[in-house]
Amino acid sequence: MNKLTTMMLAGSTAMLATGAFAQNTHINVAMQLEPPNLDPTGGAAQAIDSVVYSNIFEGLTRFMSDGSVVPGLAERWDISDDGLVYTFHLRSGVTFHDGTTMDAEDVKFSLDRARAEDSTNAQKGLFANITDVTVVDPLTVQVTLSVPTGSFLFNMAWGDAVIVGPESIGDAATHPVGTGAFVFQDWVQGDHINIARNANYWGTPAVLESVTFRFISDPTAAFAAMMAEDVDVFAGFPAPENVPQFEADPRFQVLIGNTEGETILAMNNGAEPFSNRLVRKAVAHAIDRQAIIDGAMYGMGTPIGTHFAPHNPDYIDLTGLSNYDPDLARQLLAEAGYPDGFDTVMTLPPPSYARRGGEIIAAQLREVGINAEIQNQEWAQWLEVTFRGHDYGLTIVSHTEPMDIGIYANPGYYFQYDNPEFQQVMDTLNQTTDPAARSALLKQAQTIIAEDYVNGYLFELTIPTIARAGIEGLWLNQPTAAIDMTAVSWP
Amino acid sequence: MIRYMIGRVTSLCLSLVVASLVIFTVVEIVPGDPAAYMLGVNARPDTIAALRTELGLDLPTVQRYFAWISGLVQGDFGISYTYRTPVAQMVADRIAVSLPLALLALAITVAIAFPAGIYAASHRGRAGDLGVMGATQLGIAVPNFWFAMILVLIFAIKLRWVSAGGFPGWNAGVLKGLTALILPAIALALPQAAILTRVMRSSLLDMLNEDFIRTARAKGLSKRQALWRHAVRNALIPVLTIIGLQFSFLLAGGIVIEQVFFLPGMGRLIFQAISSRDLIVVESVVMLLVASVIGVNFAVDLAYAAVDPRLRTRS
Amino acid sequence: MVFVSGALISFFWTPYNIETLAIPQRLQTPTAAHWLGTDQLGRDIVSMIMMGARTSIAVALLAVGIGIGLGVPLGLIAAARRGSMLDEAIMRGNDLIFAFPSLVIAILITAVFGAGATNAIIAIGIFNIPVFARVTRGAALSFWSRDFILAARVAGKSPARISIEHILPNIANLLIVQSTIQFSLGILAEAALSYIGLGAQPPTASWGRMLADAQTLASIAPHVALVPGLAIVFTVLGLNLMGDGLRDLLDPRIRVART
Repeated sequence: MNKLTTMMLAGSTAMLATGAFAQNTHINVAMQLEPPNLDPTGGAAQAIDSVVYSNIFEGLTRFMSDGSVVPGLAERWDISDDGLVYTFHLRSGVTFHDGTTMDAEDVKFSLDRARAEDSTNAQKGLFANITDVTVVDPLTVQVTLSVPTGSFLFNMAWGDAVIVGPESIGDAATHPVGTGAFVFQDWVQGDHINIARNANYWGTPAVLESVTFRFISDPTAAFAAMMAEDVDVFAGFPAPENVPQFEADPRFQVLIGNTEGETILAMNNGAEPFSNRLVRKAVAHAIDRQAIIDGAMYGMGTPIGTHFAPHNPDYIDLTGLSNYDPDLARQLLAEAGYPDGFDTVMTLPPPSYARRGGEIIAAQLREVGINAEIQNQEWAQWLEVTFRGHDYGLTIVSHTEPMDIGIYANPGYYFQYDNPEFQQVMDTLNQTTDPAARSALLKQAQTIIAEDYVNGYLFELTIPTIARAGIEGLWLNQPTAAIDMTAVSWP
Repeated sequence: MIRYMIGRVTSLCLSLVVASLVIFTVVEIVPGDPAAYMLGVNARPDTIAALRTELGLDLPTVQRYFAWISGLVQGDFGISYTYRTPVAQMVADRIAVSLPLALLALAITVAIAFPAGIYAASHRGRAGDLGVMGATQLGIAVPNFWFAMILVLIFAIKLRWVSAGGFPGWNAGVLKGLTALILPAIALALPQAAILTRVMRSSLLDMLNEDFIRTARAKGLSKRQALWRHAVRNALIPVLTIIGLQFSFLLAGGIVIEQVFFLPGMGRLIFQAISSRDLIVVESVVMLLVASVIGVNFAVDLAYAAVDPRLRTRS
Repeated sequence: MVFVSGALISFFWTPYNIETLAIPQRLQTPTAAHWLGTDQLGRDIVSMIMMGARTSIAVALLAVGIGIGLGVPLGLIAAARRGSMLDEAIMRGNDLIFAFPSLVIAILITAVFGAGATNAIIAIGIFNIPVFARVTRGAALSFWSRDFILAARVAGKSPARISIEHILPNIANLLIVQSTIQFSLGILAEAALSYIGLGAQPPTASWGRMLADAQTLASIAPHVALVPGLAIVFTVLGLNLMGDGLRDLLDPRIRVART
């Protein structure tokens, strides 16, 4: 009997050799945008991090799916009492995929490279407070800061702060070499990237033998590919309207995760008419958040009343300050000197939350007399005209950087909010390490911008990940852009 | 002939220079800085400046134009800003998808249009002809992206005969590659087949009125024999001209179809490059497409002129 | 015809105001109140199709206008100065425009000037110029060798006067037929541009954008994706049949370039 079973098993294994074998150790992951290159230290595209973060490259610290920061290549660290010197103790026996050893010299190289004069790191600000990086011994490195930086370990977990080797960084754009659990295999541009399990990984090896990332930008194509089971996982599924169909289909599971994306209707505080707080308040009351969430996102999204992530423990719900009240909006407009409303321009970047949300918001604003002319802009154009040129009235964008309320302290930022009181709060926050005091300051900051109606606060973006039923180990939330496959497995 | 050749070559070169100037100018005035795009919202001005220097974007416009042109002449298409790979390599990869797709679509076009056109011509005015002509009207009127959507819904999602899109690469096997291209090729071919059928039919009908066909008929050939032996062959000349036009359209015109089926072809390369402001890719690829069409036209003109001296003085 | 009259009526009246959204009433199947149901933002599809017809017709019509306005004079000049450097330059210029991939140029134009109906008109119109120039030149040439033109020349009329007074009226029929063809192609092109997000912007309705918005809903509410597609098909079909009819009516022998 036993022998028979073995034979049958052997037979079926042989028959299914290609199919079953491949299925259990390989996963096809789809994402919407293709990374322009694979060097996370040289570009801002989130798609780069989606592919390489944790899979190929690792930093001193790293994010977990719940947003916590845990040791990465640094096993542990000591912080001096004045908070200025961080001594990182690196893991031993870590090698890059090209066989070279990862040691303190590589850490020094990576950090110095990122903060150098001619650095092209998109998040150079993360390294701004570093004044010196010293190699103590091959496994110990000391980082000195100019001012105490409460968020330093958090900063070092970003994809832009990964540790790279001087031998291999030159080709990282097309052939990334890191220390992660997967090794880069090949990239057919426009279609897919293959990565394979790193046999020499220092930590728990990946369960999967190989992963293929495929790039499907068109929402209809994304739906078709998933339904046809051409792909096993779709991270960041682009069409929320199709999500209920996946939920109803036993072949699939749907993970709806949090992101750090505060989606806002930004107003140009630096120019008429939005320099007038009454006008901004009118706009805030003219928009119906729930209609936008339902209409544009098919219910996916958490309403926010300020620029802060609702899943953060320090979040306070201030949506009541800007409830939907078109009559009040009209009255406020009249008070502000615009009894008949006014004309303005609403620029919209490509994501569907902006394009769809913009159409709905424009209709809602028309109800109170504000005529917002829609101008679709590609990202490059939006960055130049809206973001850097400040040539806009309204725009919709999701701010996906974690803990980014500090942008309101920068009067040169695109919505041009200049409030010394707020800037004072932020200054104090940066020098405060006491958790209770920090929490109070963060709440105060949230309230200031909500009461000033700096922007229209719409909703926190959620990210739907669709996967074949049974696949385990996927990230639910997106504290940073990542499709971490290191712990993913078939049932 | 020599004088004619010199004239034609001069005008060819002139066309290419004008084309390159037009392309470069248009691409240059498109708002949006590649370096700023690559570095995103948190980038500091000094970082953007450093990247611009690295990419050579800080050089004067005129200098960049000549650098680009002299590179092109030497067969160097430049290096993509965002992908950091040679443009020539990227184009080669994409042509490996776009060219077979265009050929397949053309094959389908011809496979439909030839029999349909001949059938309609030989049944002129009868129900069969009307049926074919009605179908071609419909074929021309259907937007191909909408037709593609419907094809995907039926064959990929409902019936699951083929995958919904994507391209496994020729390494995965010729058969797999062709399977991936079949739906997009059908979607691309339908309107073209409708057009070609009409051209085929009218060209055949013209031929049937020509004297030599009447002579052939008078010599006792049946209508069918006359059609096959003489008319079809002679009707091919205008048909081939149209096929040539269609081919260049199919090669570059599939952007929307490539989008619907997420194929890594030339059209999507240009589309992506424009939105990421990968200017060098846009310039080089568009120039390549334009140059190939101009080149083909040039070759056709020369061939006609060689066959028919009268054409040397342009009519 | 139905769509044209729909477009005309829409100037005065649509069943519902498409600028008002009613998200709770979205994606309804056809009912007595909404003959073709509602779209993803709860707007009445009949009204959307009527307003969309207006956009399609306006864009295609103006694009044909650009083609005629620039292409016909160029074609007449080229024919009048046959074989000259000017003729060569005009015809080479035509070839050059034809050599550019049209959709790519349309994308670049909208990248420079922004997406919108006006830029869609320009993008489509540019490619109409060489079509009309070529057709005009070809047809005009055949008249330049006719006796009555020779007579006019002998009478001392300038080539410009001959072109306008004698040639233009004779090729008018041909131009009308070519116009209907370019018009239907224009409607298809507008749909394609709007489909990829480069055409008319909301709140202006457009069939292409309706299709783009509806495509992910095709498996949930098929009518939303079906109706605008059928509207395009029937309009183009109707125009083409009208073009064929016109051709037969005006002159069964004339040849029309279909590119």
